Amino acid sequence: MKDLSYHILDIVQNSLNAGAQRVEIDLWEETPTGRLTLKINDNGRGMDADMLKRITDPFFTTSVKKKVGLGLPLLKQNAELTGGSCSVESESGQGTRVTAIFNRNHIDMIPTGDLAITLKTLIASSHERDFLFTCRRDEEGFEVNTAEIRSQLEGVSLASREVLDYISTFIRDNLKSMT
Amino acid sequence: MNKIKNLADLRDLKDKLQTKTKLRDKSENPEQMVQVKVAMATCCIASGSRETMNYIVDELDKRNIDAVVTQTGCMGYCYAEPTVEVIMPGKEPVVFGYVDTKKADEIIEKYIKSGILVEGIIPVNYKKIEQ
Repeated sequence: MKDLSYHILDIVQNSLNAGAQRVEIDLWEETPTGRLTLKINDNGRGMDADMLKRITDPFFTTSVKKKVGLGLPLLKQNAELTGGSCSVESESGQGTRVTAIFNRNHIDMIPTGDLAITLKTLIASSHERDFLFTCRRDEEGFEVNTAEIRSQLEGVSLASREVLDYISTFIRDNLKSMT
Repeated sequence: MNKIKNLADLRDLKDKLQTKTKLRDKSENPEQMVQVKVAMATCCIASGSRETMNYIVDELDKRNIDAVVTQTGCMGYCYAEPTVEVIMPGKEPVVFGYVDTKKADEIIEKYIKSGILVEGIIPVNYKKIEQ
């Protein structure tokens, strides 16, 4: 994975495949320490303890069409390369929480990438599900809550291009004002 | 914390789009619409399926084509990512491989608009990696 935005897209696919109706994505940077925390919480079907032990094994997958499952192992690798870590908590029927911690100032830190396009892709292809995206840098931050936007749109699809463009522009403008 | 709270903006957008969707009546009759499924697993994302998906969503709208774009898991053709499955109303699904934005443009223009098959189709009986 070239950058963090691809990782986010990839890990959220796991949530969607687990039948999650609501996925929370939280990206939080603390500039004094360079600590960057990515949290992805979902209300999908979760995993039992046995599966949980095996998920960072690249040769473990639930797919029948292939023999590898690289999403979480790659995220873990990229986090650990910066001196960070990656952990997954889950229980059967209780959803899943993925936490990856990076050191932003480390030479091996991957770029952030285009978060707006990642969100746009998720909303466009799964507009009936709820996404809560929060992005914070120290005290600043912004959030995109698709459940809230959907209620404002009163029946107009979130997957309309104008709505998607509106949301991506909102994300880009806010990211710009945070730097 | 900034939020999308500019309700006036969203309402304007809603009013504008409501007139548009009335003409289209999306997803009322999914069997009658073109369905495009972009594979979006780890292998696909690493090969650029996000860009392909965005391009298809934007272009179908710009070219006024009624279609449902969704994502699907890995189809097992990891060597040919990004892969895109297109289901035209009343026809068998067709899977295209190596779909970058250029290929996507060709698929929209030729296959979706005029029903002309383009190169890059993965035959359905093609061997998957586990076979």
